[in-house]
Amino acid sequence: MNGSRAAGLTLAWRFAAFRSEGFPLLPTLILLTLALVAIFANVITPYNPEIGSLGDRFRPPVWQAGGSAEHLLGTDHLGRDVLSRLIFGARVSMVVGFTAVIVAGLLGTGLGIVSGYLGGWVDQVIMRITDTWLALPALTFAIFLAAIVGPSEMNIVIILAAVYWTRYARVIRGEVLSLKERDFVRLAIVAGCSKRTIMRRHILPNVLNSAIVLATLMLGVVIVTEASLSFLGVGVPPPKPAWGLMLADGKKGLMAGYWWLTVLPGCCIVLMVLAANLLGDWLRVKLDPQLRQL
Amino acid sequence: MRRFILRRLGFAVVSLFLLSVTIFFFVRVTGDPAVLLVEPGASQADLDAIRQQFGLDQSLPVQYGSFIAHLARGDFGQSFYYRTDVLELYLSRLPASLLLATVAMVFSLVIGLPTGIVAAVRVNGWWDSAGKIFALLGLSMPSFWVGLLMILFFSVYLGWLPSSGSGTLLHVLMPAFALGWYFAAAHMRLTRSSMLEVLGSEYVKLARLKGLPEALVIGKHAFKNALIPVLTLAGINLVLMVNVAVVVETVFAWPGVGRLLYEGIAFRDFPVVQATVLLGGAMIVTVNLIVDVLYAVIDPRIRYER
Amino acid sequence: MSLLLDVRGLSTHYVSARGTRVTRAVDQVSFALEEGETLGIVGESGSGKTTLALSLLRLLPPAARIVAGEVRFEGDDLLRKPAAEMRRIRGKRIAMILQDPMASLNPLFTIGDQVAEPIRIHEGAGRRGAWVRARELLRAVRISAPELRVREYPHQMSGGMRQRIVGAIAISCEPRLLIADEPTTSLDVTIQAQYLNLLRDLQRAHHLAMIFITHNLGIVAKMCDRVAVMYAGRMVEGGPIRKIFNAPAHPYTKALLESIPRLGDGRARLTAIDGQPPDPANPPAGCAFHPRCPRVMDHCRKEAPPELVVGESQTARCWLAADRR
Repeated sequence: MNGSRAAGLTLAWRFAAFRSEGFPLLPTLILLTLALVAIFANVITPYNPEIGSLGDRFRPPVWQAGGSAEHLLGTDHLGRDVLSRLIFGARVSMVVGFTAVIVAGLLGTGLGIVSGYLGGWVDQVIMRITDTWLALPALTFAIFLAAIVGPSEMNIVIILAAVYWTRYARVIRGEVLSLKERDFVRLAIVAGCSKRTIMRRHILPNVLNSAIVLATLMLGVVIVTEASLSFLGVGVPPPKPAWGLMLADGKKGLMAGYWWLTVLPGCCIVLMVLAANLLGDWLRVKLDPQLRQL
Repeated sequence: MRRFILRRLGFAVVSLFLLSVTIFFFVRVTGDPAVLLVEPGASQADLDAIRQQFGLDQSLPVQYGSFIAHLARGDFGQSFYYRTDVLELYLSRLPASLLLATVAMVFSLVIGLPTGIVAAVRVNGWWDSAGKIFALLGLSMPSFWVGLLMILFFSVYLGWLPSSGSGTLLHVLMPAFALGWYFAAAHMRLTRSSMLEVLGSEYVKLARLKGLPEALVIGKHAFKNALIPVLTLAGINLVLMVNVAVVVETVFAWPGVGRLLYEGIAFRDFPVVQATVLLGGAMIVTVNLIVDVLYAVIDPRIRYER
Repeated sequence: MSLLLDVRGLSTHYVSARGTRVTRAVDQVSFALEEGETLGIVGESGSGKTTLALSLLRLLPPAARIVAGEVRFEGDDLLRKPAAEMRRIRGKRIAMILQDPMASLNPLFTIGDQVAEPIRIHEGAGRRGAWVRARELLRAVRISAPELRVREYPHQMSGGMRQRIVGAIAISCEPRLLIADEPTTSLDVTIQAQYLNLLRDLQRAHHLAMIFITHNLGIVAKMCDRVAVMYAGRMVEGGPIRKIFNAPAHPYTKALLESIPRLGDGRARLTAIDGQPPDPANPPAGCAFHPRCPRVMDHCRKEAPPELVVGESQTARCWLAADRR
């Protein structure tokens, strides 16, 4: 194996920060950029993402024949500017993604702590529910719920939170079980602290690490699920631009060769998920080596 | 061993019960289930009739009782769109999904297992780094997007493969690959870490101390032990594939249960949606049970557990 | 009696992932072993005993590297041999027993398979013949009903039985040298004595040389002809067992011997060695033992003592010994 090639690849690898020592600069920058784009979407976008001019349909990106600088990344089947839709799509993905992950995290961590610490029938009930919900694949479950309540951005967040909290609960409960045996908890019990106090002041801060790592790892999964839901038509409803929705629209033009409507939104999704995964991996190794089996 | 099986069976039954309760609960908790159970565009009279028919005006436990009774008889309702028994419909679509999932699983193992093993044996080498990149991409790219890209490439540009439908070997290649892609990455990752753990074990050290050729150390001693967690995951993933293939089947118009679910939501055919979710969940619980039992067969330690 | 094993100036270093920290796990160790002799290697955890053993067999983890020395086994330097030849030596001419017998045996294969394996590989025996030998070997290590045992799995055996099985595997191809790395540490005390007796009998029957790695001086006294005392990767004293036990030349050896509690010796307090074992990556300057040595001199802090001869085939790394001569 050629030495310089190996060195080059390792360098690239280190830059993409898979090595546990290196802070993942690139992924964090990507996530920050996406966040900024999402926040300042109104200011940056050249066009209104929801309105298009029908005379301008299916324009390819600027570097292809037929493209123009007016629509850098082309237009879709309704003449809407792709770049603007991608930018607003970032907002949708980030908002939905982060909110769902945080809500799921709060719910799951809370229930995990309660379940793990209190034990007994509370634990049994929560765990049986968790196991059953975990047996259902997230996507199927989410589709089912979406079919019942109907699609809207708010509903999607609630649905995603409802589907994914179980992942947190399982892991956190496991940690709490082992924390319970630790001396500082036992001391608190002996000192007469109430169960609620112990859970709040002793247990919670110690599981925070795992919760954060889980949240970062879940972000990617949640975004892909949201994209899948939108693609199927039960996610974020049109005309709001969600990347998954753009992919669904893009499929219509696929056979005709309008590649940018499929490739570009997908790249955005992959970018965000990749960055979240890399960051999550690094956090996992950094914050707690015990979590490596996650 | 028998006690072990019985215990697992008991867990499975409890899970199935809880599954039905969950589904039942969600349908009713969000308001008026009659709206769901009735065709779109029905009148008030229809709604009332449905309420009567399904006993929606009765108390919850009674409703649940009749719900379970129906399920036990195999009566999952009628599809609005297809106007046939839902269970029949589901079962007629299941083979296609199983076929797709099997081919996808083969793909994922053929790619994932060797890659994982080589990555572990040559840890931190070139192959390992390439494997890590592959794993990362696999886990980050939504499978339906992979499918769309493949259509773009192989159907539109190259014209080699058909973009939808089923029937020939060519039809199954792209959807299976798109579906298996994510799992290949997951399997590779697990194989690698499992293999690494085994390679660091004392019995592998002893195997080397015995002077066994490296090929035997890896091929016999390390491999079988490393395989256990991977196969477990693969078994569970197979059924998972059947269920999460919704989007891939939709992209490729593959006539499986995933597509059926899509049709259910597209045509607001709720009995189909409910049945798909119930049956999908039941399938997973069952397969988990089977995998647990098989585990006991492969691993002699579990066999003799009291 | 010819020299079976002649180790000179063996040094093994661990290099950290970034190449920054170098740990001298084994530093300039020399000793010799004759046929049929037993050498005890004694030391605290972290003193380099296991690394030394693995270095002899060249089975080190990737982070470790043998940087200097010679390991002459039956006249040939093992460090210069190609990998394929080393593989033929392992298990056949030099065998090793590890500490944890449960972990040493592969849980998925039968006892018979694992005992027969080296016979099939090294001697090309067929399956049936190898299994017959396996049964004989189990009998030789005093396992009852070997015909039944060969078909059973490791988790069905007790700890003592497993360690015997590991012993059977080790002697299966009639090696000349057996390295035992703390073989009794994980056994119950009552089983330990039985096992040690078994090892002694096997040694006599097969004219085996043994290297016995342990931290237990009592075992050394019982089993070994010679002893090497390791500290911070260096061999601080070595020689015939009687001499060392009666008149240790190195303060560390002396302290080890004194710290063994003896019944009826009338002392009120146990003697412990002050201080902590050194950090292998950052050993003290000069003699590694000097921070804990009751007889430390100025010179000890500056320069590490070389190996000095203090008696017939007895060496010590101590500046005190220089005066002795």
